[in-house]
Amino acid sequence: MKFCLFHLMPYGALDLSYTEKYPSAWTSLPNSYYDPKKGHHYYNRYLDELEYGDELGFDALCVNEHHQTAYGLMAMPGVIAGALSRRTKRARIAVLGRALPLINNPLMVAEEFAILDNITAGRLIAGFVRGVGIEYHTTGVNPGFSHERFHEAHDLIVQAWTRTGPFAFEGKHYNFEYVNLWPRPYQAPHPPIWIPSQGSTETIEWAAHPDRRYTYLQTFSAVDTVKRFHHEYMDTAARYGYTASPDQLGWAVPVYVAETDEIAYREAAPHIESLYNKFLRMPMPFLLPPGYTSFNSMKRLRSIRRGTTGGELPTAKDLIKRGMIICGSPATVRETFEQHQKEIGFNLLISMCQFGTLPADLTRKSMTLFAKEVMPYLRDKVPPAQMRSATAAAE
Amino acid sequence: MVATPTTTTLTVAGCKTHLRRAGRGRPVLWLHGGGGVTAWAPFMDRLSDSYELIVPDHPGFGRSDMPAWLDDIEDCAFFYLDLIEALGLERLHLAGNAIGAWMAAELAIRDTSRLATLTLVGAAGIRVKGVRKADPFMMSEEEHVRALFHNPSFAEARLKAKRSEEEEDIALRNEFTFARLAWEPRFFSPHLEKWIHRIKLPTLIVWGEGDRMFSVPHAAAWHRLIAGSRLEIYAQCGHLPHIEKADQFVATFTRFAEEKRS
Repeated sequence: MKFCLFHLMPYGALDLSYTEKYPSAWTSLPNSYYDPKKGHHYYNRYLDELEYGDELGFDALCVNEHHQTAYGLMAMPGVIAGALSRRTKRARIAVLGRALPLINNPLMVAEEFAILDNITAGRLIAGFVRGVGIEYHTTGVNPGFSHERFHEAHDLIVQAWTRTGPFAFEGKHYNFEYVNLWPRPYQAPHPPIWIPSQGSTETIEWAAHPDRRYTYLQTFSAVDTVKRFHHEYMDTAARYGYTASPDQLGWAVPVYVAETDEIAYREAAPHIESLYNKFLRMPMPFLLPPGYTSFNSMKRLRSIRRGTTGGELPTAKDLIKRGMIICGSPATVRETFEQHQKEIGFNLLISMCQFGTLPADLTRKSMTLFAKEVMPYLRDKVPPAQMRSATAAAE
Repeated sequence: MVATPTTTTLTVAGCKTHLRRAGRGRPVLWLHGGGGVTAWAPFMDRLSDSYELIVPDHPGFGRSDMPAWLDDIEDCAFFYLDLIEALGLERLHLAGNAIGAWMAAELAIRDTSRLATLTLVGAAGIRVKGVRKADPFMMSEEEHVRALFHNPSFAEARLKAKRSEEEEDIALRNEFTFARLAWEPRFFSPHLEKWIHRIKLPTLIVWGEGDRMFSVPHAAAWHRLIAGSRLEIYAQCGHLPHIEKADQFVATFTRFAEEKRS
């Protein structure tokens, strides 16, 4: 198993009573809730945590992009990745990812990633996403063109990385007379591309395609959902005529390790609840603007959502039960991941060791225990080969 | 007694288009707003007593196709120029509500040769700087329906109405196309205002005093931009005067159309 340390960089000082006045920590929440002096402290604390991850032996350090929200403060993830690029020496740096459709000049992403790849002598992993629904409000980009713009921007960036310039790019949303990237990326033909997703058949069909074989990351989902989409990826690869490598499958999940199961639960509970119930809180128009997903996905998601809203907010116990956080003693966490790897087949674990309001001391303690007591045990574990062929045979 | 319109399908610019037609007389082409045509409304019924009323589902709405070329309101304007030619309509009264009125205005800055009059009801399409519009894309469906009317009983009736699965699908489809056409810039085209002076037709502007989607300053701006236009503002009325004040709307429209018919 390989280990990536993921950070969202939430605004940890958020006044959680904001929910009495505002529907979401995204876009509608006035930025008077943000104190730059505290922000200074958090940015530097979180960068320290990622740098500590390099010392602890994580294979990659992961940052991401979100806008106008207390949920994640990395509106420009390249700035954070740039800060990490000189202070870390060993771990890869994964930007998971840039939200391509939201950008009017995708060549700036090609440039940003190529610079990071040059500075780090090829330690960059390039993540591409579509951004979340509400970000189509904050950028004004029409969600109806989200998929078109994603595919077109991706094609432009990969061409800019791999073709000798200058050449012309003729798209519907992006047109350039002169594409001639300086610098070219350090890695040849280009940095590895990872696709984080909340789970979508269209995304899997596209990422698994033999021309791409991009690594697929299932983010913040219940274990059975992770299993379903990872198996869908393997089946899709089989249909395309190849066997997916377990390194093509990643699971992004909050993790908390403490001395015992009981201590871990007690220490993590309020903070994991803050992540799901406060930082991630979003009404339907924020979450799913029309056109952001295909018509059929939208129908399905809305009916699921109708079935689950109006109920109570999930407790830490519910979240642990569904595998929305893996929490416990080193032994519990080891066994849980070993078991899930056997059943699901992934080889990339993207662990988020800080979440919501989790303070610095607990974050560091949990990271240390995870790196020293969990990672070494799982390091040489791989998914059983027969499970993968069985999945393909079942298709 | 509500007459049943005949429904037909006509292929225009490669788009199979669903049309409702009723009545005889001078043609009136009604271009619906973002919610689509959910029912043959009382105002349609009354208009079809004196006119040949034609009510299409826009491309991407209702039971019409979603053509690959559909990107914005300007596409709809060119599409309706094609449709008017395909139907051989002359001396036409062109009317619409919200984004349908926006399409009508975009059409009229391009070609008025087959039009007799233009009627804009709670029209989208222009920006009045400093005047905030409501944002239906940030509302739940219930909030949106309530924001459309002055008299809450209209909203209650609409919210209570049971929808079949097909009607649910159409509502979602309408939302998709509505967003595609009006998301950015939200509910206006920066180019339309530059060319509105080209509209030299008799133009009627109808507005609800309590329109919460596009407030009355928008009506005043349209009135100022279209020379010689007539402005009618209805008291105690929201964004859909043709629904909420159907009798008054039919009377206003008929008086205007008969005056300007030559």
